[in-house]
Amino acid sequence: MLAAAFTDFMQQVVSGLASGGIYALLALALVIIHRSTGVINFAQGEMATLSAYIAWALIAHHSWGYWPAFAATLVISFVGGIGIHTAVIRPVERGSVLRIVIVTIGLLVAINGFVVWQWSGEPQQLQSPFGTDVYDVGGVVVAAHDIGTITVALGIVLLLGALFRFTKVGLALRAAAVNPEEARLVGVRVSWMLGLGWGLAALLGAVAGMLTAPTVGLDPNMMAAVLIYAFAAAILGGIDSPIGAVVGGLLIGVLLNMLSFLSQYGMFDWFTEELRLPMALLIILAVLLVRPHGILGRPEVKRV
Amino acid sequence: MTPREQRIFGFAVFAAFAVIVLVLPQFISDFRARDYAYVGIYLIALLGLNILTGYTGQISLGHGAFMAIGGYTTAILMAGNEQFGGPIPSGMQDIWTLPIAGLVAGLFGLAFGLPALRLSGLYLALATFAIAVAMPSTVKRFEEHTGGGQGIQLFGLPELTGSNAVAPADPNAPATFEVLGLTFTQNDWMYYLAWSIALAAFAGAWLILRGRTGRAFRAVRDSETAAVSSGVSLARYKTLAFGISAAYAGVAGGLFAIASAFVNPDTFPIALSIFLLVGIVVGGLGGLSGLVVGAIFVAFLPLWAQGQDLGSVLPDSVIQGDTVSIPILGDFLFKGTSAPGGPAIVYGIVLILLMFVLPNGVGGLFRRVGQAITNRRYSRSK
Amino acid sequence: MKTLLELDGVAARYGPVQALTDVSLVVREGEVVAVLGANGAGKTTTLRAISGTVSRTGAIDLDGKSLKGGPEAIAKAGVAHVPEGRGTFVDLTVTENLKLGAYTRRDRSVKADLERIAEYFPWMTERGGQRAGTLSGGEQQMLALGRALMSRPRLLLLDEPSLGLAPMVVREFFRIVRQLNEDEGLTVLVVEQDARIALRASQRAYVLEVGHVALTGTSSELEGDESIRRSYLGY
Repeated sequence: MLAAAFTDFMQQVVSGLASGGIYALLALALVIIHRSTGVINFAQGEMATLSAYIAWALIAHHSWGYWPAFAATLVISFVGGIGIHTAVIRPVERGSVLRIVIVTIGLLVAINGFVVWQWSGEPQQLQSPFGTDVYDVGGVVVAAHDIGTITVALGIVLLLGALFRFTKVGLALRAAAVNPEEARLVGVRVSWMLGLGWGLAALLGAVAGMLTAPTVGLDPNMMAAVLIYAFAAAILGGIDSPIGAVVGGLLIGVLLNMLSFLSQYGMFDWFTEELRLPMALLIILAVLLVRPHGILGRPEVKRV
Repeated sequence: MTPREQRIFGFAVFAAFAVIVLVLPQFISDFRARDYAYVGIYLIALLGLNILTGYTGQISLGHGAFMAIGGYTTAILMAGNEQFGGPIPSGMQDIWTLPIAGLVAGLFGLAFGLPALRLSGLYLALATFAIAVAMPSTVKRFEEHTGGGQGIQLFGLPELTGSNAVAPADPNAPATFEVLGLTFTQNDWMYYLAWSIALAAFAGAWLILRGRTGRAFRAVRDSETAAVSSGVSLARYKTLAFGISAAYAGVAGGLFAIASAFVNPDTFPIALSIFLLVGIVVGGLGGLSGLVVGAIFVAFLPLWAQGQDLGSVLPDSVIQGDTVSIPILGDFLFKGTSAPGGPAIVYGIVLILLMFVLPNGVGGLFRRVGQAITNRRYSRSK
Repeated sequence: MKTLLELDGVAARYGPVQALTDVSLVVREGEVVAVLGANGAGKTTTLRAISGTVSRTGAIDLDGKSLKGGPEAIAKAGVAHVPEGRGTFVDLTVTENLKLGAYTRRDRSVKADLERIAEYFPWMTERGGQRAGTLSGGEQQMLALGRALMSRPRLLLLDEPSLGLAPMVVREFFRIVRQLNEDEGLTVLVVEQDARIALRASQRAYVLEVGHVALTGTSSELEGDESIRRSYLGY
């Protein structure tokens, strides 16, 4: 009984980490955009969905191999992200919060519409690059896709961390995010950097989308819930902390699975799968109320 | 204009508007009357949201959820939830459920207003967005009260006014029924019900906003620090704004349920919350008259978007026959906008363009024009 | 000495407010020039016009070539602007701040420059990993100066470096500026509210009054003339 419970527990942890990895990627995308442009991108989920569809279209309609399609999707998403910033975000960047919110919402609606319009609302199947193999590790069933997801997510996070930490462009990205006026004075082209931030965010979203689709099915609304989990992750980690976003993503993934696990064993028996999203909402609210800067963010000093 | 002249002018506009509302059904088809009933319903919700976002500066992307609370309150009071295993019996006439729908939603609003106190700007938008997204699954979770994903059917219930309508001799004419000695078709009834409440709600909003409370709300929006230092209690007014605003949404939600004769979790999708916020932005934050335009926008833009043809927008070189050529990606089948998804593309793009060209909404445009006229008058009289 | 910077009939406005009406001034290579004046005289705006952070009319030439474009382009042309209120990236470390100073440079001698800066400010090497936001006000001002030097500027613009700093720190700051000027021939245009210290550190000075140059002279002349000191410089 206890051994079975432990196996179940580990099972939930592993799959929690896999979905958490995806939340982490999308949360990281949100954080990058929020840090650089001060915008919460409500269209982040739909951008990821669009990317996943592009990969799928290349594979299914144009018989590309998986990895070439993967790479092409990353490039298209990156360029697309920069394009969205230039065409849609920049004109309102200095506007009111409300204007920016509505613009990203408009983007959400338009991209979602485009996906349905182009590829119909029918669910499609995007293959997993890691195959459908399943391993048995001491009774815990581990899917190759889950391991792949965790690996790719962590790999991307590390690469991005290195980019920010060790390269000149990374330094300029951070400088433009924290203090755009100053950054211009030292010669950083801030508007390019902000565009670059959007490009990177779109790229992260693309990876998240392509990793989500194989498990939940490629569907125009597949990222709607993931976006809320990513919001929760970003808020939990601290909306301006990239490391926080990653930690937050993994935590949310595991935490929600823990609730499922505990409800199976009679604790929190009010918890059902339908409450996953409301729980994410509660986490968002709780963190914003108790510790608005998240677990790893720095408190913002309100200037009066 | 002096404030006195302004007030008289305002009354005149309001009266003229009420007359237009009263006679409009004479000039439109019975079918259209229902569309305009929805305009009235949206107007109620927008009036409420405007108190919150326009006057107090708190963004809500979750007002559809408050409408859902109102809608479900109305539906449950009418149909009862004993059929799903809940405790509430059926039997309340539809219009009497509306005050309760407003009250229940208002209480939820107050309750949410408390934590929302500590959130501002984007964070509040995000939290309220999460509410709207989480609402359907919450409804499904409490199936024994809400009927879960199946929803609650109101059509044909005796509690629904007009369900006893009798078909007239002419088979093409709509069925009619009598209320207080007046004969209505179902659509006209819905129209007049929605608009009487909307006009009352309008007057109510005006009364709330013109006085002390309205000043406090505006003070909170313009500078929290200044508001506090002049003795305005932030907690009290922000929470109050949330409560009032949610109550308005609740009444609108109740009417929505009556008008649709059905509620389920998809009756109040996230898109509804988005439309509402868009409606007040289009209507011009902080003004009441622009909201009518906002409500029309909310009700009709999706319909209008349905009628647009994307094909006429794209250049010919891209479209050959019915395929679209995109470099690298190759050819795609081109579909008109009437295809699923098309209207959403148009809608989204219109939203974005609106934010580019009319940052203060149509109401802002009204105010600008109004100001220009006033200024001219002023300089002439000098 | 050759003219490095020349402003001719520069005007600038913030919306409806005319901040500069007609400013003409010259900075020669290797000079330290002070711009003095009361609050609102247009001192800061003059610097902002030079670095391109406010749009202006009139001619601004650096080394005979017209200064055009946004702040990024002007920074690249060799103008380093240390704005009022420190101007450090508080979330970045000391070393990162310094590296950003060299952002416009394409050569490989950035490391050598870091060492050169360390000679003036030894603490910056020891505390290179510290977040700039945790430094004291004086240290942040020094860091901003160090960062500006990292770009190997042809012209250094300093805006109110003394603001909010203790007198001892201000003296130290200007000592380093002078030393840089003497040792390396650094050209400096400094805006100061504190006329006394600015006149001591500079060779020439301009006094601005409501958007135009009211008078100019060598620093020692201005300092020596009591009526000017009383009516324009307030000490």
